[in-house]
Amino acid sequence: MNNTFTPLPSRTPPGNTIGFVGWLRQNLFSSWGSSLFTIFGIYLLLQFIPPAVQWFFLDATWGGSDRSGCETEINGETADAPGACWTFIRVRAAQMFFGLYFASHADQIWRPILMFVLFFAMLIPLLLPMVARKIKNAIGLVLIFIFPIVAYSLLDGSWLGMPVAHSSEWGGFLLTFILASVGIVAAFPISVVMALGRRSEMPIIRSICVFYIEIWRAAPLITILFMASNLLPLFFPSGVNYDKVARALIAITLFQSAYMAEAIRGGLQAIPKGQFEGADSLGLGYWQKTIFIVLPQALKISIPGLVNSALQLFKDTALVGIIGLHDFLEITKVASRSPEWIGYDFEGLIFVSIFYFIFCYAMSKYSQGLERKLDTGHKT
Amino acid sequence: MVKKPSQHHANIPLHRNPRVRAVVFQVVAISLLLWFLSIIAGNTVSNMAERGITVGLNFMGQVAPFEIGYTPFWDYELGVSKYWEVLVVGIQNTIFVSIFGVFAATLLGFIIGILRLSPNWLVRKMASAYVETFRNIPLPLWIFFWYVAVFLPILPPPRDSFILGAGFFLNKEGLYTPKPLIENSVTASIFFILLLALVVGLFYLRRWAKKRQDATGEIFPFASTALAALLIIPVVLFYALGSPLHLEYAEMGKFIMTGGINLNFSFFVLWFALTVYTAAYIGENVRAGILAVSRGQSEAAHSLGVRHTPTLRLVVIPQAMRVIIPPTISQFLNLTKNSSLAVIVAYEDIVNVFAGVALNNTGQALPIIAITVLLYGTLSLGTSAILNWYNKRVQLTER
Repeated sequence: MNNTFTPLPSRTPPGNTIGFVGWLRQNLFSSWGSSLFTIFGIYLLLQFIPPAVQWFFLDATWGGSDRSGCETEINGETADAPGACWTFIRVRAAQMFFGLYFASHADQIWRPILMFVLFFAMLIPLLLPMVARKIKNAIGLVLIFIFPIVAYSLLDGSWLGMPVAHSSEWGGFLLTFILASVGIVAAFPISVVMALGRRSEMPIIRSICVFYIEIWRAAPLITILFMASNLLPLFFPSGVNYDKVARALIAITLFQSAYMAEAIRGGLQAIPKGQFEGADSLGLGYWQKTIFIVLPQALKISIPGLVNSALQLFKDTALVGIIGLHDFLEITKVASRSPEWIGYDFEGLIFVSIFYFIFCYAMSKYSQGLERKLDTGHKT
Repeated sequence: MVKKPSQHHANIPLHRNPRVRAVVFQVVAISLLLWFLSIIAGNTVSNMAERGITVGLNFMGQVAPFEIGYTPFWDYELGVSKYWEVLVVGIQNTIFVSIFGVFAATLLGFIIGILRLSPNWLVRKMASAYVETFRNIPLPLWIFFWYVAVFLPILPPPRDSFILGAGFFLNKEGLYTPKPLIENSVTASIFFILLLALVVGLFYLRRWAKKRQDATGEIFPFASTALAALLIIPVVLFYALGSPLHLEYAEMGKFIMTGGINLNFSFFVLWFALTVYTAAYIGENVRAGILAVSRGQSEAAHSLGVRHTPTLRLVVIPQAMRVIIPPTISQFLNLTKNSSLAVIVAYEDIVNVFAGVALNNTGQALPIIAITVLLYGTLSLGTSAILNWYNKRVQLTER
């Protein structure tokens, strides 16, 4: 006789609590209020999405080389076709990405393209986790110290004996990219010094750094850009005449350095006191302690903050149009104001928005992933 | 024999003594800074002399040769008004749009934040789509988008205004609201004084109710009493004093709307853009704040027999607010700073009208930029003072 207790097999859960129906009941129709919200939400989506898809894909014009493809005849009068006119974007893509000079000199357009290819060829291994650290360090050094020289000589062209594209003629996404990346790289050393200075025990050094950081953080970027375009020419000896792009770069660097300094200060504050004391008891001097003990830990902690401020800067550069630079947004406005494409602002804005969205969304997701990866749990 | 401690120090060479090093380092730093500043000052003086500009604030007393379209609180007149009035109008317009933006963004932000935590999957996803869309596209692009692609095409001319109800109209001229007009200044001031007295009285009632509850445990229904008092007493007072105010509604005249308060088109677009943009950020703060209150807190309250609503009101919300308020105050400051993008929609804020138009007219770059930065600096210092005060206050209650 078998005395082992065998429980009855569990009954299956009721059909309406599992599977797709169960999911629906739990997540969309859990109560009267929830059901109402769901129905209202679906109504909103139905109102919005089908016309958007219709406009964006189904009715859109993709081919052709001028606006005639985007127009239809209604009662003998020309009118805009109901869908989007992506022809505009396609025809003006070179202008929107690389600015007026490279758009009008089609034989030179390989220069900015080569620059971007080189940049991404170096950036992608830096972002991948499986590449060895030594290789990453080497690439990083090349990217920061050698690449800017290569990029400048490619874009400007005068050092390589190519037709000169002066920086005032750079524009579009290329300019947005230059403003943001140069701003971030140039601001980094300043921000480290300022963050360390703000934590210093020497009162004069500390007050200088606090003043520096707070003054740039207090003013909106647009006033700093106005300052750069109106005041910088007064500060330099007469005769020295920096162009608009260089002035904007100075303004952006100063502005960005204050925000990055605050991110790094957050990292410095998060380091346990024992680390400083340990370094002191080993007999390390201030610079040895800072470079070998404090900064490596502080910078690692502040990476998410630094990425966020970089992202913010990338978005903020969209306002340099106000001081007359032809960045990505401004050049799109210019393009849709040209006589042959007048009236297609909407397509231009949608395109630029999608581009910014993909870029920023990817970057912020990457930064969140990084934050999780770097969180080694050594918090006190 | 015991060595005196000073003998230790005697062995340290001067360049290794931290105190000496600190002094030398700071003296070097400050002299470098002064040297740099003196070069800049020298260059500025010679450049100014070359261009024939004398730096100073004298221009503030001169008549400003340009018109300002939107001056709701100031009688600005072309040919009479001076540069200092341009500054005043600019400050007013900046504060005006910021205050409206802060209120609307807070309201919308709290709704978004709560919707992001909804148990309903669709609502949650739509709220996060809202947040991601606004946070990942630059604000200048948004402002321009609302201006050119949305409001310019859809808003009708005044003749066919959108009627929003309660005397609110929306059209190409902007938003029209009813305007309260004072009928009898004596009874009107009595009315406002009594309203103030009512609010003060309610404040004292609340203190008394709290004291009594602490002492005896008896609960006074303060919220419903206050709500009833605030709804009924003003109406009774209003009619008892013989209607000291009346509302003037905007009306369609022959060509333009007359009467009411007009919030112009640029103001409306800028306000709208700042509100929906900042609300995404505030929504994230609200969500993070609510998530920061651990579940054990409300479970503990429930197990003590506290009902759902008092649990929310007395346990969850006070703790969530501690996390929500500091970053939200920074967002208010950001909104105010972002209002400097006014120039995109031609709204006449301080940067547009003072650091832009006035600067180009006078060439007085140095004082004008300095005043603008100083004003924003004051604002930002004030904000961080409030933040520090608040953080200190809530830290005391932390256990």
